[in-house]
Formats: sequence, C-alpha cells, structure tokens
Amino acid sequence: MRYAFYPGCVSRGAAPELFAATTAVCEKLGIELEFEPMRSASCTGSGVLQEKNLRLGDTLNARTFALAERTGLPLLNICSTCQGVMSQANQRLTSDAGYLASINEDLAEEGLEYRGTVDPRHLMWVIVEDVGLDSLRAQVTRPLTGFKVAPFYGCYIVRPTSALGFDERPERKDALERVIEAVGAEVVDFPGKTLCCGFPILTINETNSVKMVANHTLDAKKGGAQAMVTPCPLCHLNLDGYQPQAAASARQPIDLPIIHLPQLLGLALGIDPNAMRLNKHIVSTGKLLSDMALTP
Amino acid sequence: MEVTLSVRRFDPDADRPAPYFQDYTLDLDEGSVVLDGLIAIRERIDGTLALRCSCRSAICGSCAMRVNGQAMLACNTKIADAMASGGGSVVVEPAGNMQVIKDLVVDFAPFWDKVRAVRPWLQADGPAPGPDEEYVAPNEDMLHLAGVMACIMCGACVSDCTVLEVDERFLGPAALAKAYRFVADPRDDADRARLGELVEYGGVWDCTRCMQCVEVCPKGVDPMGRIMAMRDRAIEGGYDDSYGARHASAFTDMVEHSGRVDELRLPLKTKGMLNAPEMLKLLPVGLRAQLKGKRPPIIHRKNPGQDNVRRIFEKVES
Repeated sequence: MRYAFYPGCVSRGAAPELFAATTAVCEKLGIELEFEPMRSASCTGSGVLQEKNLRLGDTLNARTFALAERTGLPLLNICSTCQGVMSQANQRLTSDAGYLASINEDLAEEGLEYRGTVDPRHLMWVIVEDVGLDSLRAQVTRPLTGFKVAPFYGCYIVRPTSALGFDERPERKDALERVIEAVGAEVVDFPGKTLCCGFPILTINETNSVKMVANHTLDAKKGGAQAMVTPCPLCHLNLDGYQPQAAASARQPIDLPIIHLPQLLGLALGIDPNAMRLNKHIVSTGKLLSDMALTP
Repeated sequence: MEVTLSVRRFDPDADRPAPYFQDYTLDLDEGSVVLDGLIAIRERIDGTLALRCSCRSAICGSCAMRVNGQAMLACNTKIADAMASGGGSVVVEPAGNMQVIKDLVVDFAPFWDKVRAVRPWLQADGPAPGPDEEYVAPNEDMLHLAGVMACIMCGACVSDCTVLEVDERFLGPAALAKAYRFVADPRDDADRARLGELVEYGGVWDCTRCMQCVEVCPKGVDPMGRIMAMRDRAIEGGYDDSYGARHASAFTDMVEHSGRVDELRLPLKTKGMLNAPEMLKLLPVGLRAQLKGKRPPIIHRKNPGQDNVRRIFEKVES
C-alpha cells in the first residue's frame, strides 16, 4: 500500500503531533507514504480562499491532483477539511469537461494536466477501505478495552454527502466509530459528533466558537467519554487549544483530552505515546495515559 | 408494513410540562412518507398530536421537522428510507433552534423577523415602470437566481444551523439566502447598502461554513454557497475591514506567498498587530502553545516550487 501523501498545513504547523503520529502509524500498518512531489502542493484553500475566489481554489486543487496523478499513486490526506475541500473541488472538476479544460490551461505552463483520475482519501477511509478493520484488529497489540471515546468528525468529512461518495460507500458515514471499536475502545455517542467545532469563526466570533467547544466536550463528558478522537486537525486546534477558554465560558472544568485519530491507532498498536507527542497537548493526556497504564 | 414512529411530545398546558417520547406502532403502505404516518396517528390513534402540514407535495414548506436527528420535510421522506438509515428506528422531533409550541409545532416568529430584517423586496432607483412596462433583467441572471427563489421557507436550514444553536442573533441561512436573492438581482440598486448591513454582527461573517444548511435543504438552495458569494461581494465592494474579510484576505495572501497557511501570523494579521485588547487575549494562547511545543515555526518557509503556485494566482486573479 503506497500513497501520494498530502500532509496539509496544520500537521506541519500548529499540530506537529499529528505528523509524528501519522508517520509512525503508517509505518506500523505498512502504509508507505511518498512525499514527492506532493511537497510542492499548496494548501487546499480550506474553504477560506474559496470565499474570495472559487476558481482559484479549484485551480490549486487541480494542480495538487495533477501532481498526485504523476506519481500514479492514490492520494492520501490526514485532515477532514482537506478531504472535504478536495472532494468538492474534484466534483466540480470531473463533472464538467469544459471547466476542467479551462482550468488545465492555467496549469499548462508548469507542464501539468489533471486528467480527472484522482480520488482523494483521508487516512480514516484508507484504514477502513484499504487496510481493513479485520487487519487493523489483528495488528492491535494493546487493545483499548474499557476506554470510552467520543468521536468528532469535522464537518467537511461528513457534508455534503453528495461530494463525499457516501452513496457508493455508505460505510464512510460511521467510519470513525468503527475504527474506535476496532481498537477495542467503547464509542460514546453524542449529538455533536458531526457538528461544527467552531474553528472557522474563531478569529471572527470567539464567543460563539468557544461555546461550540464547550457544548461538544461537555456533552461527550456527560456520556462518560474519557477522551475525544478527531480526524480533523482544525477541530483539534479548537477543541484542545481553546478548551481552557471553553471551560471558563461554561464556568466549569472540562479536561477532556482530544486525541488525533492516528494517535488513537498508535496507542493500540503499541507506539510510544511520546513519539506521537501525546505529551504536547494543551489539555493534558496524562490521566488518560496513566489510566491506560502508560506513562505520558 | 408495520412501523413504529417514536415522536417527541410536549404540551405546555400539561401539569408538569417536559418533553418525552411516545412510540406509535401502525400498519402503513410500503411507500408511505413520515407525514402519512403522523397523519395516520392523529386520525386513528391519538388526536392530541399537534403538527403542521398542508400540501403534502414539498411545496408549502409546513412540515419541516427532524427525522432521526436531521431536519427534513416529513412529506418527502419515505419511512422505509428513514428506517434504513436509522438502523430500523424512526425518531420524529420538532425542528431545532425554534421554540416548541406543542409537539411538532414550533414558533416561526423569529424566523420571519429575520427574513423581514433583510428587506426581502426589490429596491430599485429611478422611476417605477409604467402600467404597461416592467423591470427587465437578463435571462441568465434570473436563471441563476431561480436556485435561491426555490426556497419554500420551511426552516429546515434554520433548524440544523450550528451557529443558531449558540447565538440566536445570527440571521441564519434562510434569511441570508433571501438577502442574496436581492443582492444578486440585477434590478436591485440597494446591494451596497444591503451588504453594509450584512457584514455587521450576526451577518455573513458569522457563518461557520459547516454545510448543515446545504445538506438539509430540500430544495437545493445552497444557503451557505450564497453566504460565501456575499462575502466575496462584500470584500469586492470595499467592506474589507471586518475580522472575517481580513481573515480571508490574509489567508489567501499566505497561500500565494508560501503555498500554505502561516498559523502564527494569521490571527495577528486578522486582528491587527496594533489591536491591543485582542493581542492581549492571544497572549495566553501563544504562551500555552509555546510551552507545549505547538507554536508554529517563526520562520515560515515557502513550499518548494512555490513560483508555480504564484503564477496560478496571477493568471486566475487577472
């Protein structure tokens, strides 16, 4: 299993622990990551650049897809937002040949052309669809039995369903829950698991953004969650990084560790927590790890 | 087929009013929709069940409610489909983000107040057309607007809007989509004034882009897409000094400059380095990140081959 790896901005910026955990877990599971030529791929635009210029966003993503096509490998990403923005761009590019041709004109100078053959996929989907949950289960050396984990998807990996291939692959709808169960942990269901973490409006309306963090983390805790796991580093930035503010706004302690999806996998696969920088979260994972009989 | 509908009940006149779920089991045709089931309950089992409905044809917009946790029209949602996606169960609840009056009936007054707040009528300068004349608009512009005009004001988008859940002052997807219908109407001359109001608190920049409204809209109105289009128009129209506009511009500049986002500088550029209160608020966030080794690199390196990305910016933006 070899993939053209698109790490996104955040795993190389404010969430280095995601990068560390991803590379360690992929190595363990036999997922080979090809870094070239994707290093030169740009940000997807994250939906923000698209606010200003949708066509520009589509052109940048078409360039990324063309780079991936050049490798002949499937494209793997590790961010719900990257996944959604890529899927939406790909839907526009592959459903209108005239549009794709005009976008390709702007890629021609670099000698690139997107032929429309890329199916960008998040690590979470690759685990379910390529590795397989049975194979994952077989590789678990430290089952997380008895641990209650709340899933938090991130909007763009669940909506709009029309762009994300949910009709052809309905198993994507609850992929996160099934991965949590495959590593032996117990799923804590709560209404906010597919809702917004608030990150996109953090610098615009912090009060509302932080309220969303408080609502989701407190709901998950009410359900007995000891940790929350997310495949989206942007959600992580808010749910972890702004949890102190959320606790202040809700006037009660929260202290719910937020774990990146690959960190959860890594714990079950026997990877050293420090190698996955679990000691570098804003909300301490110390208690969680000591409950798991692991040293933070 | 035998189906069980689990319906959330609420009666404000009850001795101890508190919402509760009541299960109704009934025999229905295979092709029945949720509304068929609810009407059958009301007519055959329990006349006290309150719900709104009228056309039964997804035109009137009366019967938006939550089925298995998601807003939809009861009249165009097949019970069999709901059972298939809900693991066998069909849970029917009133629309969210609105006060429940009784059972499945919610109070639309704030909904209509917000629609009225965007002045949903044509405001054209110049003399009104004479009795035998009319406002003329290019066909393609109106075809584009037909997508928004398809809105039936059912409130499904408002029900599931994640911002309204935390802030009732947000205008919400339905009113904002209606605002776009006039902002983008070539016959309307008030678009600048409209945009000036829409960039204020509760307007276009408070949307989280979560796409709930896109997903639940039964008519394909794409409220979020319209909100995004108004953000672009607002920036182009010179309303570029809000945090939202500055965030979008700083973000785009960073992708143009280095190919990726500089998370260290994005909040600083959005808030403004001279904005002392906001800088003070960012200080503990920065300190915590520093302590945990999560501070983004101070020297933000460009991606290799960034010149190619920059050329794309020049081409597309010219």
